[in-house]
Amino acid sequence: MSPTAVDLQALRFRWRGAASDCLAIDAFALAPRERVFLQGPSGSGKSTLLALIGGVLTPSTGQVQVAGQALSTLSSAARDRFRADHIGFIFQLFNLLPYLSARDNIMLPCRFSAARRQRLQQAGQTAADEVLRLAEHLDLSPALLGRPASELSVGQQQRVAAARALIGRPGLIVADEPTSALDADRQSAFLDLLLGECAASDAALLFVSHDPRLAQRFDRVLNLADINRAAPSGSGGME
Amino acid sequence: MSPIWHLTWRSVANRRLSVLLTVIAVALSVAMLIGVERLRNDAREGFARTIAGTDLVVGARGGAVQLLLYSVFHMGNATNNMSWESLQKIAALPQVDWVVPLSLGDSHRGFRVVGTSSGFFEHYRFGEDESLRFAAGRAFAPAPEGIFDTVIGAEVAARFGYREGDHIVLSHGSGAGVSFADHADKPFTVVGVLARSGTPVDRSVLVSLEGIEAIHIDWQGGAQIPGLHISPEQVRKFDIRPRTATAALVGLKNRVTVFRVQRWVNTFADEPLTAILPGATLQELWNLLGVAEQALLAVSALVVVVGLAGLMAVMVASLGERRRELAILRALGAGPRQILALLMLESMTLALTGICAGLVLVTAASAALAPWLASTYGLRLGIGWPSMSEWVLLGAVFAASVLASLVPGVRAYRYSVADGMTIRM
Ligand SMILES: Nc1ncnc2c1ncn2[C@@H]1O[C@H](COP(=O)(O)OP(=O)(O)O)[C@@H](O)[C@H]1O
Ligand SMILES: [Mg+2]
Repeated sequence: MSPTAVDLQALRFRWRGAASDCLAIDAFALAPRERVFLQGPSGSGKSTLLALIGGVLTPSTGQVQVAGQALSTLSSAARDRFRADHIGFIFQLFNLLPYLSARDNIMLPCRFSAARRQRLQQAGQTAADEVLRLAEHLDLSPALLGRPASELSVGQQQRVAAARALIGRPGLIVADEPTSALDADRQSAFLDLLLGECAASDAALLFVSHDPRLAQRFDRVLNLADINRAAPSGSGGME
Repeated sequence: MSPIWHLTWRSVANRRLSVLLTVIAVALSVAMLIGVERLRNDAREGFARTIAGTDLVVGARGGAVQLLLYSVFHMGNATNNMSWESLQKIAALPQVDWVVPLSLGDSHRGFRVVGTSSGFFEHYRFGEDESLRFAAGRAFAPAPEGIFDTVIGAEVAARFGYREGDHIVLSHGSGAGVSFADHADKPFTVVGVLARSGTPVDRSVLVSLEGIEAIHIDWQGGAQIPGLHISPEQVRKFDIRPRTATAALVGLKNRVTVFRVQRWVNTFADEPLTAILPGATLQELWNLLGVAEQALLAVSALVVVVGLAGLMAVMVASLGERRRELAILRALGAGPRQILALLMLESMTLALTGICAGLVLVTAASAALAPWLASTYGLRLGIGWPSMSEWVLLGAVFAASVLASLVPGVRAYRYSVADGMTIRM
């Protein structure tokens, strides 16, 4: 049995210069291969939580474990490497480096992470093959792959971002409102592809959105407000 | 580090248009800096190799630098001449090996005429003790046969296509190009053309001192005496022995006595004279010019600083729109230090491109300008690989660009620490 994908214990976080805590979570866990839908109004701290899980931010107190590794025991450089090895991120918009082709964007994690390269190798795949395979599964034509990222449509960009998150099979995919820039049809198509690929690569998925219509396809639906004891500050609710 | 290298190159290539202008600015500033350095070193070298083997230069009392400039480098004019008698007394000193008189003041189509003795061809040395060589012909014959003979420098011959046997007319005064009064009645015959030496001799027309006397025999105070005309044939009947000289080159039997002879000349009772050691006076000249050179170099350095500042301003300005990109890199596993490295590498790549382009530019420019500089100013530019001092300057520029690239680098570092993966716009 592989270790818990994400495990938060007594976590507190406050932005520098902020008057109150942004997050105060007693416990939260994400099982391996589990698919969780996390919702909450804008400004409630969803993205902040994801950055804590990614080890980009460090909690004021408490513990963040990813794939059984306590991030606080790692140096910041080791945390960066750990993130590259074990987590794939997809954001709401502008996920790609505009000056790289779609293909180079997808391969980028392999440049940062030796572990991802290794996993591909162990599966007997080359990065180039894997790009083609993922592209096919995510409905991206091979002709698109050579194009600069800046020339792709938003829907194509999000699928390229998904392929980039998935390449080299990280154990955890974190998606921060990846569908909110897409129209309703494409939202559900994108979600199909993403869920399918996460299942295929045995990755857990933490999917953040403020759109409850997408929630029913997940193993578990969670409201950030239900686990966050910190009083939400800022402009909650408006998007 | 490897992903960062890869990204640096792609990112720079992507913004090639927007950075092109700043790279050009850096290139121009570097070209200027290296150009100034090269010009000043080559000028120094040219000066230093102009005179060798001469122990003392003697002229009328005056500034040492001035005497050196007008006698050897043909720059400026003498205020006074020295008498022939004084010259002969110097020549008679037991320590003195040879004396070569120089008489200046006339010109030919912008080139200086130097009246001298045939000893000039024997004793004048340049570079590493090299003698003048004849590309064609011979030295002028001793008076009276050779009075109207002339030997011309390589540049004079090349400019006007003169050859042995051609006749040329000298002009009174050293007006550059414009002759005020020609000695048209007494033309000279080219009997020799000197090989190129890279010294002011290339740009000289050499005649005998007697020739100088002869063309001025019916002149007074810078104009021909009205009604008096003496033909070249008649001239030989007159006393055309030289009466004055502008300066003289002196060689000693033993260099050890140089200060004694110098003191003797400087305290000469019959006439106020100055004797200088060419090497020491050249050093004095460098010290004088040093301030101007340093100022020029400092201005060039400042221009480089401006160029680099412009480059960094463009980099910093682009950071605003690249914050998103930095956040993506963070999510992919780049640490703030790698972000710092990325921005520094980008800036340094641009600076280095500018430096290399500047070097190419200055090399191309000096190759293009070298013939003109050589013929107009007698300045020989070194073309090719940068010299040691140029490498030092280039290194300094690169070091400055490394320092300057810290500005966008540190700023990006701060952004990436503050933003994490999320940007608050
Ligand atoms: N880089 C940052 N620096 C300071 N405060 C931030 C930063 N990013 C977000 N915040 C604050 O943290 C709170 C939660 O923001 P965020 O996690 O982006 O919410 P969500 O993703 O749920 O919309 C907001 O009050 C926001 O102002
Ligand atoms: Mg958010």
